[in-house]
Amino acid sequence: MSTVLLLLITGVGLGALYFLVASGLSLIYGLMGVLNFAHGSFLTLAGFLGWEVGRRVGDGTWPGLLLGMLVGLVVGALVAALTELIFIRPLYNRHIEQVLVTVGLGLASVALFEGIWGTDPIQIRLPEWLGGTTNVLGANIPNDRWLLIGTAIVVLFLIVLFLQKTSYGLVIRAGVENRTMVTALGIDVRRAFTIVFAIGGAAAGLGGVLASVYYGQVSAHQGTSLLIYAFIVTVIGGLGSLTGAAIASVLVAVIQQFANFYLGGTGDLAIVLALAAVLLVRPTGLMGKVKH
Amino acid sequence: MLRTFMKSIWGKLALGAAIIVVAAILPLLDISIPGVLPGPTYTPGTLTVLAYAMLIAALALSYHLIFGVAGLLSFGHAMFFAAGAYGLGIILKLLAPAGMPESVTFIVAIVLTLLIALVLGNLVGALALRVTGISFAMVTLAVAQAMNVLIRRNVGGLTGGEEGVTLTVAVVPDFLVGVVNTRNLYWMALAILVIVYLACVWVERSRLGHVVAAARENELRVTVLGLRPYLVRLFLFAAAAVLAAVAGIGFMLLQSSATPRISTSDFTLTLLVIVVLGGVGYRWGAIVGGIIYTLLDQRLAALASADWIEALPDVLRIPLSEPLFILGMLFVAVVMFAPGGIVGLSHRLTSRRGSKKEVEQPAVLQDMEA
Repeated sequence: MSTVLLLLITGVGLGALYFLVASGLSLIYGLMGVLNFAHGSFLTLAGFLGWEVGRRVGDGTWPGLLLGMLVGLVVGALVAALTELIFIRPLYNRHIEQVLVTVGLGLASVALFEGIWGTDPIQIRLPEWLGGTTNVLGANIPNDRWLLIGTAIVVLFLIVLFLQKTSYGLVIRAGVENRTMVTALGIDVRRAFTIVFAIGGAAAGLGGVLASVYYGQVSAHQGTSLLIYAFIVTVIGGLGSLTGAAIASVLVAVIQQFANFYLGGTGDLAIVLALAAVLLVRPTGLMGKVKH
Repeated sequence: MLRTFMKSIWGKLALGAAIIVVAAILPLLDISIPGVLPGPTYTPGTLTVLAYAMLIAALALSYHLIFGVAGLLSFGHAMFFAAGAYGLGIILKLLAPAGMPESVTFIVAIVLTLLIALVLGNLVGALALRVTGISFAMVTLAVAQAMNVLIRRNVGGLTGGEEGVTLTVAVVPDFLVGVVNTRNLYWMALAILVIVYLACVWVERSRLGHVVAAARENELRVTVLGLRPYLVRLFLFAAAAVLAAVAGIGFMLLQSSATPRISTSDFTLTLLVIVVLGGVGYRWGAIVGGIIYTLLDQRLAALASADWIEALPDVLRIPLSEPLFILGMLFVAVVMFAPGGIVGLSHRLTSRRGSKKEVEQPAVLQDMEA
């Protein structure tokens, strides 16, 4: 029983990480139809810079980590907004080319990170508490999972609040529903694009710092490998749906954990089978709407 | 006069034949292009680079069928290349102890590998083609990722994990083995490129090719005409898978080994970069892109270790010593400023001199609602 509980909670922790990456992807796709391949690079860059700043303030201390998270958040938002302004906006309404540009940026930036920080993963130091475990009904849960789950819930809450309560949120929700109509009403959707990119980038940047906490290291390929799971999560959850992304993140991560433990490390295969199953039954994903 | 001849079918045939003849006699000549080729054209080192470039061009051609003709953005095409390379390596290893004559073993292994690629292509295509646009891209990516994990995990002790599979030389015909026979391998690569090219022409010119291209432009209209885009796309997908496996087989024979690198999604992304650099929608684009990319990749890596680069300050040295960074940014520039790629640019230049007719943007890149 304690093993099941352990797998379940660690799975949710991993799912929190997936959600931080997938939420931005899903929002960006929903509003703009752009699958952002550079999203993983936002995450990696934020991870590196967050670590660089955090260790200068205090290596392995709480202020260092919290400042690192803040830096990751800001870096992610800034880089994402700049990417949108410089590379995505000039290709307005040319979706395939927008995707291609992000592919190129993704490839180039990973090479650049390798050049700057080297190809080997860098081990990082964490506050003592994060290395320990908490006993929940007989299961020893690593403490860093609580940090991941807590952050993801806060992020989900803030994004929902933003979408529901602000006027930009209204434009974005309407834009996801029917972009042509919103444009026809004379509303500038382009600013909403930049904001969505920045929000997605901020979530990914936070995810980047937390990924380095989860894995205990930062590396140039961290973002890219997480991005693939985030893609799968986005498809299973339904493209453009935030709730779908949240549900699918947890689902995918839990399936992965259980398959890895009980079925001899076949987690990745299990996810792909799950993806296949979902697509066969519901090609638009769990929460996806049928596009007309 | 010359222009009209070059535009006719005979002119194109003559040009194609001339290019093939020149490529075929390269190993017998002594041509040095400093900065582009590592040495004179008759040396094994240069021939290997050129053969590799041609195999990549063949692979890019097969990707052109999916992306350029059908307008489907696949992120898993490398898995079929890997299926060809790994398939040949594994099957030869399994068949080697059976004691069949080496030529029989070799041919049986190739046929079996192509069959595997055909089945794999149909399975993956049947699943992925249930969705279109970006979802299709992500399904192919996910399947390719799973394949990559399986190869890395060394399932059944067949794929050799990170070390990969080596070619069982004992059952490969002698004329394809060893540095001495690099020339033969070069000709084999050229033959593969020509075969894949002809297969692409045949598929594109067939009625099926026309239906696929029509479905790319307007799926609804094709459906209303009573045609099934799903089936023709599936055929095209499987055909591209088999052609990619042919290139993979050539790769295995040329390199004598295959590592998990060739099954990664990054490798497919490289293909995408090649096709776009060369020019989306142009067959020649895939070939030109494949050859230029491979040579650039080789040269940029050599450039990275050059003395004058080492002496530069970090701000310039780091980006310049990462070939993938330069290629990635070049790719971004092409997408943003020259949507037709290299071949598209040359078309635009020649047509501006000849007639006033505007060369339109490749249809694939026009707005495609995902």
